[in-house]
Amino acid sequence: MPVETEQPETDDLTFVDRPWVTVVWNDPVNLMSYVTYVFQTYFHYSRKKAEKLMLEVHEDGRSVVSSGSREEMERDVQAMHEYGLWATTEKAPEG
Amino acid sequence: MNGFERRRGGGVVATFSGFEADLLRSLASQLVELLRNEVAAPTSASDPLEDLLDFSGPTTEPDDPVLARLFPSAYTDDDEAAGEFRRYTERGLRDGKAQSAEQMIDTLEEAGLPPELGEDGLVVDVELSGDEAMSWLKSFTDIRLALATRLGVEEGDEAYWDSLPEEDPRSAVHDIYDWVGYLQETLVRALSR
Repeated sequence: MPVETEQPETDDLTFVDRPWVTVVWNDPVNLMSYVTYVFQTYFHYSRKKAEKLMLEVHEDGRSVVSSGSREEMERDVQAMHEYGLWATTEKAPEG
Repeated sequence: MNGFERRRGGGVVATFSGFEADLLRSLASQLVELLRNEVAAPTSASDPLEDLLDFSGPTTEPDDPVLARLFPSAYTDDDEAAGEFRRYTERGLRDGKAQSAEQMIDTLEEAGLPPELGEDGLVVDVELSGDEAMSWLKSFTDIRLALATRLGVEEGDEAYWDSLPEEDPRSAVHDIYDWVGYLQETLVRALSR
């Protein structure tokens, strides 16, 4: 599946101050309901936003779920691994 | 069985047969054994102070594919950063996952699952607090990731597993994988309402 690198829905994110992102990747195991629940529980996202991110993971293969400093993103990645989600961190795209 | 349901007053409840509870305990025990078995960090310290100050952990991916899936690399294109991240996180992640699985075993035994399954007709009623439920969700996930990795589960391969003859041992394991997924689905639903 081709990987989209453009960032949808960046209106509430300023990458100038948030140079790193946490990416959650699709896997064939985790339930859609569980992934949504994790996004709501850990990030305190609304159900609507959590479902949207989950669907991006499911359909696009990956989704940017948070952004911030490198240290913050490593904390988020660690938390995602605690929940059994496959997550990585990377530099936010320029612009 | 109906999986998990929310009880009036807060907690979530499920009723397992003795066989089901014993199967869950066995899966959780295997997970604990895997997590505690392959040494996560070189422990060399003979000095207790050195031991306390020892923050070193592994820097390379575990050999076992299940462990590699449970503790994936945090960086896709920077081995050094991935190694550093692993050094500081993998040991704690392993402990957390093992503790969750141990808590599942404890809860099942406190709910009446005997050390050795004997009598027929045993019923194990489990009630979980919010924290316990989160811990069970994580362990269900780890168990499913472990089973799926061993089986080689891929996206959209349900028809393949359905087509396996009943005598194929992978068929039985895949049924267990589906069952744990069902339990997890009902637990998420019970918590989300």
